[in-house]
Amino acid sequence: MTGGPIGAIRARPVHTRILGSRRSGLSVRVHTRSCLVAGVLVALILVVSAVILTTGDYPISLRDAIPAIVGRGNGAAQFIVTTLRLPRLLTGLLVGVALGVGGAVFQSLSRNPLGSPDIVGFDTGAATGALLVILVLHGTMFQIAAGSVLGGVATALLVYLLAVRRGVQGYRLILVGIGAAAMLSSVNSYLLTRADITDAQTAAVWLTGSLNGRGWEHVRPVAIALAVLLPLACLLGRELRMLELGDDTARALGVRAERTRLASVVVGVGLTAIATASAGPIAFVALAAPQIARRLTAVPGPNVLPSALVGALVLSASDLAAQRAFAPTQLPVGVATGVIGGVYLVWLLARQWRRGHG
Amino acid sequence: MDVLDTVRPAAGVAASRRSSRWIVRLAGLLAAVAALLLVALLSLAVGAKPIPPGTVVHELLHYDGSDDGVVIYSLRLPRTALGLAVGAGLGLAGALMQALTRNPLADPGLLGVNAGAAAAVVAAIGVVGVRSASGYVWFALAGAAVAAVGVYLLGSRGRSAATPVRLALAGAAISAVLESFISGLVLTDQRTFNDFRFWSVGAIAGRDLTVLWQTGPFLLAGAVLALGLARPLNAIALGDDAGRALGAHLGRTRVLGILAITLLCGAATAAAGPIGFVGLAVPHLVRAITGPDQRWVLPYSMVLAPALLLAADIVGRVVARPGEIEVGIVTAFVGAPVLVLLARRRRLVAL
Repeated sequence: MTGGPIGAIRARPVHTRILGSRRSGLSVRVHTRSCLVAGVLVALILVVSAVILTTGDYPISLRDAIPAIVGRGNGAAQFIVTTLRLPRLLTGLLVGVALGVGGAVFQSLSRNPLGSPDIVGFDTGAATGALLVILVLHGTMFQIAAGSVLGGVATALLVYLLAVRRGVQGYRLILVGIGAAAMLSSVNSYLLTRADITDAQTAAVWLTGSLNGRGWEHVRPVAIALAVLLPLACLLGRELRMLELGDDTARALGVRAERTRLASVVVGVGLTAIATASAGPIAFVALAAPQIARRLTAVPGPNVLPSALVGALVLSASDLAAQRAFAPTQLPVGVATGVIGGVYLVWLLARQWRRGHG
Repeated sequence: MDVLDTVRPAAGVAASRRSSRWIVRLAGLLAAVAALLLVALLSLAVGAKPIPPGTVVHELLHYDGSDDGVVIYSLRLPRTALGLAVGAGLGLAGALMQALTRNPLADPGLLGVNAGAAAAVVAAIGVVGVRSASGYVWFALAGAAVAAVGVYLLGSRGRSAATPVRLALAGAAISAVLESFISGLVLTDQRTFNDFRFWSVGAIAGRDLTVLWQTGPFLLAGAVLALGLARPLNAIALGDDAGRALGAHLGRTRVLGILAITLLCGAATAAAGPIGFVGLAVPHLVRAITGPDQRWVLPYSMVLAPALLLAADIVGRVVARPGEIEVGIVTAFVGAPVLVLLARRRRLVAL
């Protein structure tokens, strides 16, 4: 299990097309099915975005909403779209991308479908940092975000350093991560049970992950971080796919295993950190998005871009459901990601396994 | 002639090495049992009212109705007995789960058992209005069983049997749905949240013996089933095809294994709440001592897990005087440093 490629997919002929001229040395291999999947995902994301922008307590027609996006709408529609709905939508989409890619990198790195940023203790550390700020220091939203990133990065760093011993073995990293995560989650439950009930419930909402009240000040940092980290993740995707074959094979194919692994941990933690700082530790997107993407494209490796699109779709659809399903009660988005991502993954697995694949 | 001469002594050496290793492991197991008994005795002696071990033994043999005797029989004995039963159940379930899925990240909660039990308990608190530990038990057991059956049915769809990866993914997906249900219910109802946050840390204090009578039969049945599976699990460890070639029934072993995990982990969670880490970490510690042979891993896990649980419970009584810290919070603090040290020092025994 630890040795093989994750979530083994039955080999089938891959339809690819080579674009560009071979003679000039500039050519790109295009996987037809992946492109189709990506196209459908983008279309679905656009549909969900349109629904989010136009529905709600104050319905806006699509004809009013589109000019409002580019800044030429009329009064009320302009205000509602640009200050309330658009930043929230963008935060959701970008956080979804970050979580999807972060999860893909970590699952590929650990060669384990259960691998998540938590194998280096990141999520639990982030929760501990945030809980300390909420329950002990009673800080503001910005301080909570800072505390969570600090806690997460410190934990990930500590776990990585503890696991270094003549290079980092995947298995040792996982074990040390389990230990650190378990200790910190003890700290978290201790803080939660000893706190005042109102504070504890505020903390519980944060721990679920929420997009309520996100403005442009939340969009900007995620956008900047993604602009740097997403290209890096795409570059690493190739090497990670070879690393999934095992260290020795990958080395023979010219991959520098240790360097790739360290770079992947840094990129994965960075993506997860920025997502957590923006919306709290949203459950399950990082786990489900790469698995769903891999089954849709039927390509091995981390599937960086499809995972990003699936992450964005799952998160925006979940936010829509969380806002509307029990209106006027606004549930945090983390409640819905589990249901939507989980039910879809269950359906996908059941369908795939019934046909005898995987 | 030449061949026989070289083969025979080699076989003899191998046999004697094997038997000496067997003796070492047996001695280790006996030492672990002795350590467990010592910890259990300490668990009866240590607390808000310290009682000397001599008095503890005396009271156990001749109960005389003194204050010490009352404390031991009404408070510490039920607590210690529950800790022993729950710890053994969690350790066995963890070892079984990792052997069955061949996944070092697998803990018994992965089958959806913990999430199922927790979802049922939240429903019991929030919808039905149950408010006592012994009232939660049946809900938790039923929830654990339903979730595990759901995960298994999803994992075993189609022509081939449920493979480890499928079970892990199916468990993760169903757990996520259940956890969303839990947080949805908890976030909208403050009173349910308040009861649930104390159930969800896991504790063995303040439960009376009825909880043990309710869950004991399930734990016992699960333990018998689990220990009987050691041999086929050893064969499966070589991979599905090699295991089948060695005569192990893959499908039957998996069904029985999942049944055992559901009984053990479901009953343990019903009795004490979701106690994490023990089921995940103890099998890793044990494999570092015994190697991968399940015939040793299972009994060692069954002995060392309750020792860890009781030791954590004792630490929880001492560090926060005059209050106490629940055992579910302390377990990781006692066990995690050992796990990290082992991960750094030993040659790791992977699955």
